[in-house]
Amino acid sequence: MTPTGSIGRRLTLLLAGVAALLSFLSWSLVTGLAREAAERTQDNVLVASATTIAETLRSEQGEVRLELPYSAFSMLDAIGEDRVFYRVTAAGALLTGYADLPDPDKALLPGRVHFQTGDYSGEAIRMVAVQRVVLAGAQPVPVTVTVAQTRQGVDEIATEMSRLAAALSVGFFVVAVGLSAIAARTSLRPLNEIAAAVSRRGPSDLRPLRRAAPAELAPLMSALNRLMDRLGQSIRRSEDFIAEAAHRVRTPLATVRAQAEIALHTISDETERQRMRGIIRAVDESSRSAGQLLDHATVAFRADDLARDPIDLADLARQTAATLEATAALRDIRLHLDLVPVAVAGDAVLLDSALRNVLDNAIKYSPEDTTVTITLTTVGKMGRITITDEGPGLGDGPTEMLTERFRRGANTAGIVGSGLGLTIARDVVVAHGGHLDLQHGEHGRGACVSLVLPLA
Amino acid sequence: MRILGLALGLILGLAGPVLAFEVEEQRFYPGTGTRVLRIISTADLAVFTPYLLAFQQQRPDIGIDYTVTSSADLAAAIRDGAPFDLALSSAMDLQFQLANDGFARSYRSPITADLPDWARWRDLIFAFSAERAVVVVNAERIAGLPLPATRQELIALLRDHPQRFHGAVGTYDVRESGLGYLFATKETRSTDVYWRLAEVMGRLDPQLYCCSGQMIDDVATGRLAVAYNVLGSYAAERLARDSGGRVQILRMEDFENIMLRTAIIPRMAQQVEAAGALIDLLLETGLRTTADDWPLPPLGQSGGVDEAGFSPIRLGPALMVYLDPLNRRAFLAEWENAMEQR
Ligand SMILES: Nc1ncnc2c1ncn2[C@@H]1O[C@H](COP(=O)(O)OP(=O)(O)OP(=O)(O)O)[C@@H](O)[C@H]1O
Ligand SMILES: [Mg+2]
Repeated sequence: MTPTGSIGRRLTLLLAGVAALLSFLSWSLVTGLAREAAERTQDNVLVASATTIAETLRSEQGEVRLELPYSAFSMLDAIGEDRVFYRVTAAGALLTGYADLPDPDKALLPGRVHFQTGDYSGEAIRMVAVQRVVLAGAQPVPVTVTVAQTRQGVDEIATEMSRLAAALSVGFFVVAVGLSAIAARTSLRPLNEIAAAVSRRGPSDLRPLRRAAPAELAPLMSALNRLMDRLGQSIRRSEDFIAEAAHRVRTPLATVRAQAEIALHTISDETERQRMRGIIRAVDESSRSAGQLLDHATVAFRADDLARDPIDLADLARQTAATLEATAALRDIRLHLDLVPVAVAGDAVLLDSALRNVLDNAIKYSPEDTTVTITLTTVGKMGRITITDEGPGLGDGPTEMLTERFRRGANTAGIVGSGLGLTIARDVVVAHGGHLDLQHGEHGRGACVSLVLPLA
Repeated sequence: MRILGLALGLILGLAGPVLAFEVEEQRFYPGTGTRVLRIISTADLAVFTPYLLAFQQQRPDIGIDYTVTSSADLAAAIRDGAPFDLALSSAMDLQFQLANDGFARSYRSPITADLPDWARWRDLIFAFSAERAVVVVNAERIAGLPLPATRQELIALLRDHPQRFHGAVGTYDVRESGLGYLFATKETRSTDVYWRLAEVMGRLDPQLYCCSGQMIDDVATGRLAVAYNVLGSYAAERLARDSGGRVQILRMEDFENIMLRTAIIPRMAQQVEAAGALIDLLLETGLRTTADDWPLPPLGQSGGVDEAGFSPIRLGPALMVYLDPLNRRAFLAEWENAMEQR
């Protein structure tokens, strides 16, 4: 499986992108608003100035008179160091001020403030014009007061605010990215938890997952549960199938063997009898193989979900030895038990199977009238069942090879076997967290096979 | 004393409009090179020569053409485009108006950046000296009378001794002196006693002057007993010191006018770099904290507010209010009304 990028990283990047966009938007918004506010302030000051001047308009002896009030000008440096221009006209004729100041681009209405932006003396200016009608004698004279100012102060305020907003936006962005990373991790946590829960399970634990999961993960969970259900079913089916197959093979074989046995007794011709013994041997081999296959399959399935029952190895050894007592006695082989209580946790069926196979070997490969010894010891945290015999030993080759499936030694001529015994024994002890120890006997005689298991 | 001078267009031999203004003094300080820095100024040669010499020590290659004129003529010359490289004036209102109306060039240097905000405007106009207006008295002529510390006391003094002060009170002729006009307008806004003082002076046949130098001279000789609103530069203080107590300088406690002497580089300037260098030199002396013996007082510390709590006249558009012809006419009418009660 090759990962196609991380959801967490993608989520973080996406959120960071959104944060960058928002930061930029807020920066441009603040910049725009700051400029707007500064411009409005300037407009207000200009209006106040123009109105203050207009208020001093009066008529004297039929003439429009005016004195520029000090405050009208002193208020104009409120925003910044801006150049100031003004003009007062009465009925179109200049009363005072800058004659060449741009004219209002619209007709003025008395009492209405006119705003205008333009250029004057090489700089952008903001202009405010107000009109007042003054009664000069009997004649109403419209007097226009125009006050204009450059926009350097506005620019400075806007630039400063823009810079401040930029700093804030960058800060906001950094914080947002940090929070995004945290958010991404937090929202992915349920997924990781489910993954951890699944991988914590034993290999044969196919129970459905029963976890509270976010709605988005529910489909995944149910798909997973359905898959495990199907898997469980198919495993059960093949388990049943193997057991069924072994059973179906063994039953007719048993019948064949019984019939062959009877036939052996009824025929007297030595060559015929020899042939019949060959048939019986082949049937035994087949039956043995089928049984061992069934056992091997059982080990494979039970080891997946290993039971951890408390077991005393001494009890187990006694029971197993008892079941093989008769086989041993047939060949005058003595089973000597040297037992101490050793407690382990495990599957009694599997451990019995392992021990039986090793003991079976010892009896099977030993010559008649010998002794097989079963010794129980504990070494450190491990318990050890050692089966020693006085037989031919494990041969010259590497002993590990003997645990391979269907591997038989060189000394097996005429001895029935399938080559699965030590494989079963090894798989059982390994499933219990132990190992199989294959040794040559003392003085170069016999074999010494140990099942090493961790203590409970 | 005044020399009727012709326009610099003639002096420089440049093609251009022929400009007429009164040149009070003029001097050329040759440099080793061909560059000539043309300065138009309201400061007398006596006051300004040390600065020019200091500048030429730094930049010996630059020659200096220094022209002294009145503040009004100076402003008019710059407006008419006279080719000066630097304009130094004590009339901050006129200087400000020149800058406002686009007749100044912006200049920036590390030293202008050091200048406090109140001492510059827009990198166009730079203050390099702060000078206060004071009352100068002849101690002999007012012997036996209490020295006034406020305008109120001055009014009382003048009113109570009309014989002694008749014809012996001097002040600026605000119609002629830009500085006097600036002081007077500033005072009418700052204190309500100005018009009363003007009326009291008006009844005493006041002597009106164009310039502070003559006023101080007349106090020293005893022609005047009191000179009101004299620019208290170091020259006046030195004279007071040298006179052995005969000439005394009084600082009014109720209100003090503090004027900034300012520099601008005119739009028509050609030697901009040299003009900037001279501005830097002036600002360095203006920002000095040691009691160096420069003829003009420094700008002073603490945001332009002096120890008595008075701050200089602000550089700002408000300076232009009284330059408006309508306002000027109205103000002068009122002033004449008060001053000329024959
Ligand atoms: N105790 C023993 N003495 C001598 N040889 C042994 C002994 N135990 C195992 N072997 C050798 O190891 C081989 C593998 O043993 P294993 O039990 O796996 O197979 P098997 O005994 O041949 O067949 P199965 O046990 O499946 O019927 C044997 O064929 C035999 O050669
Ligand atoms: Mg075996």
